[in-house]
Amino acid sequence: MNFEEHAAKPLLHAAGISVPRGQLARSAGEAEDAAAQLGVPVVVKAQVPAGKRAKAGGIRAADDPRAAHDAATAILGLEIAGHRVASVLVEERAEIAAECYAAVLGDAASKGPLVMFSPEGGVDVEEIAATAPDRLRRMQVDILQGFDVGAARAMLAGLGLGAAEEPVAKTLAALYRAWRENDAELLEVNPLARLADGRLAALDCKLTLDDSGVPRRQALAAIGSPEPLTALEERARALGLSYIELDGDIGVLANGAGLTMTTMDVIAHHGGRSANFLEIGGAAYTKARPALELVLDNPRVRCLLVNFCGAFARTDVMVAGMLDAWAALGPAIPVFFSVHGTGSAEARAMLRERLGVDPYETMDEAIAAAVAAAGHAGGAP
Amino acid sequence: MIVAGAERILVQGITGRQGTYWSERMQAYGTRIVAGVNPKKANTRHCGVPVYASAGEAMRETGFDLAVQFIPPLGVKAASQDAIEAGCRRLVILTEHVPVHDVMEVLAMARANGAAVVGPNTAGLVTPGACFVGFMPAFESGIFRPGRVGVISRSGSLGTLICLNLVQAGFGQSAFIGIGGDPIVGTTTRDALAQLDADARTDAVVIVGEIGGAMEEDAADYARAMSKPVVAFIAGSAAPAGKKMGHAGAIVMGDKGTHASKRAALEAAGALVLDTPSGVGPALRAALG
Repeated sequence: MNFEEHAAKPLLHAAGISVPRGQLARSAGEAEDAAAQLGVPVVVKAQVPAGKRAKAGGIRAADDPRAAHDAATAILGLEIAGHRVASVLVEERAEIAAECYAAVLGDAASKGPLVMFSPEGGVDVEEIAATAPDRLRRMQVDILQGFDVGAARAMLAGLGLGAAEEPVAKTLAALYRAWRENDAELLEVNPLARLADGRLAALDCKLTLDDSGVPRRQALAAIGSPEPLTALEERARALGLSYIELDGDIGVLANGAGLTMTTMDVIAHHGGRSANFLEIGGAAYTKARPALELVLDNPRVRCLLVNFCGAFARTDVMVAGMLDAWAALGPAIPVFFSVHGTGSAEARAMLRERLGVDPYETMDEAIAAAVAAAGHAGGAP
Repeated sequence: MIVAGAERILVQGITGRQGTYWSERMQAYGTRIVAGVNPKKANTRHCGVPVYASAGEAMRETGFDLAVQFIPPLGVKAASQDAIEAGCRRLVILTEHVPVHDVMEVLAMARANGAAVVGPNTAGLVTPGACFVGFMPAFESGIFRPGRVGVISRSGSLGTLICLNLVQAGFGQSAFIGIGGDPIVGTTTRDALAQLDADARTDAVVIVGEIGGAMEEDAADYARAMSKPVVAFIAGSAAPAGKKMGHAGAIVMGDKGTHASKRAALEAAGALVLDTPSGVGPALRAALG
């Protein structure tokens, strides 16, 4: 789960990292009031859980409350990376002497925490890695040992930070602590600014909370920004189903994440387009009816492909559930079955008996037939 | 990690519904389960084996070589620590949705104690005809049969489909290694590939990968120097970027973890990358001559 800047920054503050004073505003009037209360030149920043806000026109400087009002007017309602801007952060403007980059993340390659720092910040880490790779320090951390100020000093040695080295080391240790205490996947401060008066301040903050950590970080998750969902995806979430709406016309019902993804791939390979990702393996196979309803309620769906490969879950149980749902809902679209693995002999017999169809011998045949049917229904060749 | 069948297995969480169901099936297949753990049911018997309060106690009383967990996500760290501190050398974590900080801690503990971990979020390990650990349908003869093809999979369902296609094409498996669908796992594709490369019972390897992360690219780096043929299918070529496709690890971020990158790396290493899982039989037949 991602967070907007204003929701993530309090974590830094709590860890002892300095952040500029600021207020969240949901209208131009509120932004004006916020700037007046701060009483200094400000920056008005779009609050969306995505990067590259400046390039999208989502960050503007304002010297007085009236200018803050105008800046907020320009920013509110923008669409940035698929998110509509509904609020802005009005923040005291810092006198920046230099911009650094600092981050902690879970690193798949080393299977542990990775602390990163560069004195050249303010741009994407990919750009830093490309333009000044020797200045980007990366330190793998033993999670059982942790990462303290001493480890941070060792990491910074040779960068020539001078008087800034000690505050940067303290900031990195604090950042690691905040990352650790909040089940973060990523905690990034970019830029970490060196101010004209020598102090450090976190001018931005990007936080990604591990979705598997949410059950023990409920308070934090409550102020996060869940993925924007379509109405059908909202319904699926309430049902506990793993459903993603796509823009094709072949409805997909399959068991297991890997098999469902593969079904979509093979549909594309045969020239078709999937209308959804919907995994109903594991315990979810008991939800055949609501799952089928979800797929069918997408108006783009012209035919249905059911792909079960029984392992842990039996295909006869899954097919029985699907046939009950099919009978209850009586959809007027063609359906294509590929059924293999555990319980498939019983499942195939059931399909013949109750639906009068034979499942295709191979997954590819079933998918090719579904692709042809979708094309036919749309009047395409 | 390849299971041979002689290993003494400890089942952590043996008394739960899933633990019981799969322990019975593992036993029926020949897996040597010697004990279980459940602190609340210590000093009882379940599935015909003694239940202990901890893995430490089980190690003292019966000993074991490999521990497999049927444990809820937030209990995995403590159960793993218990097993590792007891001297467990091999640990299979099936659980999905384990917090990634816990996974990193478990893997660090394992590293410090010389233990190997498979998972989390895996369906487990199968050596057809010998034993299985986890919840793969090893007992389905249409899916698993003894043979000489090693299979590495991030997905249980897709791994099952590939194994089914192998059997339909007349092949069998030397070992199935489910490495798991999480972004950080104990045994990587490369680790499993190296094990199958060194395994005298394996003639060829099928890598069943997914979008997300860089494990396939890393495995390709190893495959370059292999003499055994490598065939791969990478799921997610049609998946939209930025969306988690069911598995926590199956997500394309920017230009990282894409199908194209994995395919290019594997092909550059001499592996054959399939467009559809049903191509696995013909590809292996061609590769093995």
